Amino acid sequence: MIPVLLISVPLVGGLANFFLKEGSLAKTWALLASVITLAVAVAGVCCYPAQQSFDASWIQPLGARFSLSLDGMSKMLTLLTAVSFPLIFGATFKNNYQKPASFYGLMLLAQAGLMGVFLATDALLFYFFWELALIPVYFLCSIWGGERRIQVTFKFFVYTFVGSLLMLIGILVIYFQTPDHSFALQSFYSVKLQGASQQFVFWLFFLAFAIKMPVFPFHTWQPDAYEQSPTATTMVLSGIMVKMGIFAVIRWLLPVFPDAAAHYSKLIIILSVTGMLYASLIAIRQDDIKRMIAYSSIAHIGLMCAAIFAMNKPGLEGVMIQMFNHGINVIGLWIVADAIEKQLGTRRFSELGGLAQKAPALAILFVVMAFANIALPLTNAFVGEFLMFNGLFRYNIWIAAVAGISIILAAVYTLNSVQKIFYGNTVTATANAQEANKNVQWVLVIITLLIIALGVYPQPLIDLTKDTVNAVMAGR
Amino acid sequence: MSKLVYLVPLFPLLGFLINGLGRKSLSKTMVGIVGSGAILASFIVSLCIFFDVKEHGATVVNLFSFIRTESFSIPFAFQVDQLSSVFLLIITGIGFLIHLYSSAYMHEEPNEHFGRFFAYLNLFVFSMLLLVLGANYVIMFIGWEGVGLCSYLLIGFWFKNDNYNYAAKKAFVMNRIGDLGFLLAVFWLLFKLGTVTYGDVFANVAQLSTFDITAITMLLFVGAMGKSAQLPLYTWLPDAMAGPTPVSALIHAATMVTAGIYMIARSNILYTLAPATQTVIAVVGLATAIFAATIALKQNDIKKVLAYSTVSQLGYMFLGLGVGAYTGAVFHVMTHAFFKALLFLGAGSVIHAMHHEQDIRKMGGLKKYMPVTHITFLLACLAIAGIPPFSGFFSKDEILMAAYGKNPLYYYIGLGGALMTAFYMFRLYTMTFLGNFRGTHEQQHHLHESPSAMTIPLIVLAILSVAGGWIGIPDVMIEHGHQLEHFLAPVFAESAKLAEHHHLEASTEYMFMGVSTVAIIIVIILAVNAYRKYQDNGAENTGLGKVLENKWYIDELYDAVIVNPLNALAGFLKNVVEKSGIDGVVNGVGRLVGYGSRQLRLLQSGQVGNYILVMVLAMVVFVLIWFNDQTIMDFLSKIF
Repeated sequence: MIPVLLISVPLVGGLANFFLKEGSLAKTWALLASVITLAVAVAGVCCYPAQQSFDASWIQPLGARFSLSLDGMSKMLTLLTAVSFPLIFGATFKNNYQKPASFYGLMLLAQAGLMGVFLATDALLFYFFWELALIPVYFLCSIWGGERRIQVTFKFFVYTFVGSLLMLIGILVIYFQTPDHSFALQSFYSVKLQGASQQFVFWLFFLAFAIKMPVFPFHTWQPDAYEQSPTATTMVLSGIMVKMGIFAVIRWLLPVFPDAAAHYSKLIIILSVTGMLYASLIAIRQDDIKRMIAYSSIAHIGLMCAAIFAMNKPGLEGVMIQMFNHGINVIGLWIVADAIEKQLGTRRFSELGGLAQKAPALAILFVVMAFANIALPLTNAFVGEFLMFNGLFRYNIWIAAVAGISIILAAVYTLNSVQKIFYGNTVTATANAQEANKNVQWVLVIITLLIIALGVYPQPLIDLTKDTVNAVMAGR
Repeated sequence: MSKLVYLVPLFPLLGFLINGLGRKSLSKTMVGIVGSGAILASFIVSLCIFFDVKEHGATVVNLFSFIRTESFSIPFAFQVDQLSSVFLLIITGIGFLIHLYSSAYMHEEPNEHFGRFFAYLNLFVFSMLLLVLGANYVIMFIGWEGVGLCSYLLIGFWFKNDNYNYAAKKAFVMNRIGDLGFLLAVFWLLFKLGTVTYGDVFANVAQLSTFDITAITMLLFVGAMGKSAQLPLYTWLPDAMAGPTPVSALIHAATMVTAGIYMIARSNILYTLAPATQTVIAVVGLATAIFAATIALKQNDIKKVLAYSTVSQLGYMFLGLGVGAYTGAVFHVMTHAFFKALLFLGAGSVIHAMHHEQDIRKMGGLKKYMPVTHITFLLACLAIAGIPPFSGFFSKDEILMAAYGKNPLYYYIGLGGALMTAFYMFRLYTMTFLGNFRGTHEQQHHLHESPSAMTIPLIVLAILSVAGGWIGIPDVMIEHGHQLEHFLAPVFAESAKLAEHHHLEASTEYMFMGVSTVAIIIVIILAVNAYRKYQDNGAENTGLGKVLENKWYIDELYDAVIVNPLNALAGFLKNVVEKSGIDGVVNGVGRLVGYGSRQLRLLQSGQVGNYILVMVLAMVVFVLIWFNDQTIMDFLSKIF
């Protein structure tokens, strides 16, 4: 029951939103729906230790079924999705979007799509939800985005859609190889393509996921999209949607193409590590807080991708909990970025400074986010990075050492941003600045508590995904 | 008693939370009481633990499981033994004195910042205690980076000043370079042994190859170079003097910077088994000791002299570790903590009286205005110079004697550094306290001795600087006089079995002591004479003097060789590779598809869907050709 509720609550809530009168009711309704979803997700994690499944017939002639399953990794990611939306809605509650009913409706539809992606155990259903999550975001960016939204959204859409279609072709190829002509995950797992064909289809899938994450060099849609989307949507994009790619690699790619994955692991790890250093260096030179966060995020995702393909338990365990922690932390960073831009009208470091004197509370909260971003021990990010680097080290010492340079660079660009925004003397833009509004502050306090709680006692998160890690590693 | 060890870090943590959250509502008196009281409480518990360990020996206290995976388990556990209990006493004891001192020194700060300062200071002590108490390398690393965070926050405490912010950032980033080495060593241990718990690691060293041990110890040492400011990662420490002076005393002299020594002493068995690493440590330590001492000869900022002196003294400690004198290194950590904290607090007292003037060229003659500061500072100078029977003499002597046993050249170079130490310290002392006052009338009018909250810590530390060395009197003087060695023996027992013992004749040892003491006294007399009548005539240094005053231009070298090229590379990646390269190709492909579809006019142009349809069809055809699979053909023929 839980898997169905996780999708249907945001779906129904979102559809209902479109029929609401325009006004503040829309956001209240959206917040309420997201809180109910959160309650369901928490119940799913706490009350049902065993795997939850749901299965019904869907598209009979093709053999596609509406089958959902809630294992450890799905619990983790549906929980992330469910936690994120109330935080996002709460922090942006004072923002007034045009046509709020449609805005919040689309946001909830995206949430439903995301939930479906993390739950589906039928390839066609997975593809369906994959697109369901993407399309509302496309509208959100192109209608409510910044000045360059049309051009940026177009690129974002074409890029990700090309990826999706590659995946669809891949799905069809596998489908025809299944003995029972089924899209079921288990049937896909039983197909073992041989040699060159496995390697070819592997790339169809991997490109789709690599664009989504994104992995260097398929990342150029991302900083633009993050910058131009309305911030609430950017939070969904970077906090949760990038996890679709990582999730899909673990759920759909590794078990179906084990030989090809092993064959290309070195290439992909080298690409990912290159991307980590590349994005970190570019982040150092950014003058725009949003683009800085975007490149920082690319670097972090690169580590996750590399750790997956290291294909050992510590690495995979690290990826699991980092998917959750990175989502929480990056949303925190976006909230601060949005609060600054909304109040001061600029995102440029060169036009900011001295904000700590005017907004000490915001400064403290941002410093916590910043140190989580550089994975200081006792913040949640440390545990994930520790395990991932550990996995990478087991794969190859030198690659781990080179990738490790990114933890130095992360300190450089993150502390740069703290210094340039908050320290020093006030400038024109910050001379009359005030604290961020109470909603923003409370959401950031919640995120801070999560960062520290999960950093001091990460064991529940590690245990949550144990079953998935063991299954994936056993399948190899 | 040892079970209650969690109280030691708990008190400062509570102090941090109370002062941090209540910084706006609590009065300064309250903040001072909470902040200092927390550390005093920790000190009392530490004392009890010390006696408990002395009585009952070492234990490990498990709190909870921090990271437990299928491949390894890392408990949140505390190591209560001889080594950690000595460090606990140093940290909480000196920590308390410095907290007390700060309550007067920082009194001019507005309420909110006063509270913030004490919160940071408590958080630092908490992190430092974790570092020392951790029963495995990961808990040590938590404290290791935690003290780095607090150091960052406190160097940049006055965050309106951008130079201070740069110094804070530089300290954190440089430390991170070392931390990467530390982390890689941890991964190496986990990979080879599946554990990072000290007891398990040390019991299973036999499973490690010589290469493994050498690599692990070298990587750990890279971490130590960053934290303990050794060549080539030392340049952050002098800049860290941007922080308030009590911070320099506590973090950048007495405790945090000695973390590297603690780490190596803790891992002594690994290092004893890696002679190659030991040689590297000895050479790096000795080189740092000399190099920093040369720079200290020509600095004019009272805190900068002390900073380079700290770098230099840390070098001696590493020399001790490198030649296997683990007790000697820990002993020097302790005596150095006494006299260097005293020197910094004395400097703070001077800066306080001089209204934030730090240039010793503008001081002089402070002796008669600040008698307590003067006397205690002089005692500290005698201690650091190594005059018997002051504390520094015993610890430095122990290290240098061990160095002689390893390689006489180490001894002679080390002695050279000791002579420089005596010179720059007495240059500093003379220019500050003797001669005539060279500041403004305004300053002279306001000169005053500091309040008792500041002078009491000075007096206590002065007593310790004088007498602190008496727990480590060498055997040649008093049989079994080295109580510290006796106490620490269990920690270094395994290494002692493996180490080669060079025994010097008692007469030789006395001769070395005598000669070095006489040489140091001569140098002191020279220094006092040279600077007693110092007048600031504005003359610029030339030649070597200028090079030393500019710190051998190392910062400029790092900028030219590392920082600027990296910045340029980043700019190139951002503006050229990213924009014109990768994104250019992506946009080019997009345009090509658009162009193609317009030209072919197969479909109405301009619609996203059409582009995509074209792409899909092309891809489907491609796949079909690739697979040439009958089932797909059948399926398609059914549909179309």
